[in-house]
Amino acid sequence: MTAPVRADAYGEAARRTRAARPGRVSRRTIERALSVLSPIALLAVWEAGAIVGIVDTRFFSAPTRIFAALGDLLSTGEMQGHIVISLQRIAIGFVLGAVPGIVLGLAIGLVPIVRAIVQPLVDATFPIPKIALLPMVMLLFGIGEGSKYAIIAIAVLFLVLINTEAGVRNIERIYLDVGRNYGASRLMFFTDIALPGALPMIMAGLKLGMGVALIVIVSAEFVGARSGIGYLIFNSWNTFQVDKMYAGLMVIAIIGFASAVGLAALERALVPWKAGQRIS
Amino acid sequence: MGQKVHIGGLRKEFTVRGRTFAALAPIDLEVRAGEFVAIVGPSGCGKTTLLRILAGLERSSGGAFAVDRERGSTRPLNAMVFQEQSIFPWMSVVDNVAFGLKARGVPRKARREAVLPMIRTVGLAGFEDALPHQLSGGMKQRVSLARAFAMDPELLLMDEPFAALDEQTKLVLQAELLRIWEGTRKTVLYVTHSIDEAIVLADRIVVLSGRPGRILDLIDVTTVFLRPRDVASVRSSSQYGELFARVWRHLRGAAVDLLS
Repeated sequence: MTAPVRADAYGEAARRTRAARPGRVSRRTIERALSVLSPIALLAVWEAGAIVGIVDTRFFSAPTRIFAALGDLLSTGEMQGHIVISLQRIAIGFVLGAVPGIVLGLAIGLVPIVRAIVQPLVDATFPIPKIALLPMVMLLFGIGEGSKYAIIAIAVLFLVLINTEAGVRNIERIYLDVGRNYGASRLMFFTDIALPGALPMIMAGLKLGMGVALIVIVSAEFVGARSGIGYLIFNSWNTFQVDKMYAGLMVIAIIGFASAVGLAALERALVPWKAGQRIS
Repeated sequence: MGQKVHIGGLRKEFTVRGRTFAALAPIDLEVRAGEFVAIVGPSGCGKTTLLRILAGLERSSGGAFAVDRERGSTRPLNAMVFQEQSIFPWMSVVDNVAFGLKARGVPRKARREAVLPMIRTVGLAGFEDALPHQLSGGMKQRVSLARAFAMDPELLLMDEPFAALDEQTKLVLQAELLRIWEGTRKTVLYVTHSIDEAIVLADRIVVLSGRPGRILDLIDVTTVFLRPRDVASVRSSSQYGELFARVWRHLRGAAVDLLS
């Protein structure tokens, strides 16, 4: 009986020996340190430039000023309010788009009749930049929260649907043969074969969807909102409060980064058999 | 025991770009209940096609087959062990082995209880909740065997289940398959391109010709090697060489044809 073999067993061991060699810093440690140092170095150069006067602080506030503005916004609670409302819009819109995206994608991938009906509609509407739909969405849902949820849902729906469908279609034939030979019901084809089989691609769709959701929500908040990070950025620009504008940009960057980390963790939990294998 | 599987005039044709060619010439074959029949033939002789037709995965172009059921039996007609990696990477060993039972509506707890002994039988005790990516290739095929045996079907279909494994693992699993089969005495149709595998495992060997596959010879092995068999002593006996030569005489022609 052979013991279970991890594919990376050798690489793991090799790395450990290298790290264990005394008197030398491993390449990994150096790389990590550089990754942390490079943004700090950029901020330092930026700050120095602002002090010396090479950088025009009317357009590029010094990092210390941006952090101060961020501190002010946080201490008054104004920033938290914008963050909460934006995150709420993203979360609700994302779920409203992702769930039907997965369900429809599975149906299109598995049922030829559904594909015949839905595929041309998807193909015809997918090329439209989703933000171009914002006026129409506001016409339909008003300028309140409904239109924010809707525009995010639409953007996420397409990406999740297309990736899910591709995931189902790329499931190896042998798994469908097993399903047929062992008498799986139609429901089991969905829940036990198509859904888990397409999961790696579904996760890729969710990641792409999250990226687009951030773009769309900020744009929507530019034009049709009195709250949210996008509103903060746009309004700060309008009133020439450049420090606050950069503070808003910093926050949206952190939200983007955090959502990517969160989705990567979700992927490791849901798709352990593809762990270490990068998709998208 | 009586005949279990009846195959009459079963044939298959493919049409590629308007041209029709025969993949399987009309096949007539009777298989006894509890018999282990190996089907050997050169590549492309349609032996896998024959199995896939019996498994309900492909339609025949003509002819018929029937699998007899015992009175009142609710067993599934067949279960297949596939050549390539066919266990679901997203399911634990238990869930993979219990897949067919789930399809038959057995509740979750009962499924687990039903498959645990089978998982032990194939030597995977301790790996019940492991995922396939944590298993070696040989262990994955053990899961595949367990999944088919757990169905307790009227007929087991095996399509070169060990072809993708390394030689040592293959030898171990052949012996294990014989041991498990001795304990169940299921009717088995086993497709292989390996003459050795056919002699070691089967009661009877069906030798197929090159495309379109038709039956060249039916060789009774049980009169030469009695059950239960010891794989090693079968291989070292003089009768083994004679059987090997007999099968090879049929296949050599087809193999030479393929080269020319």
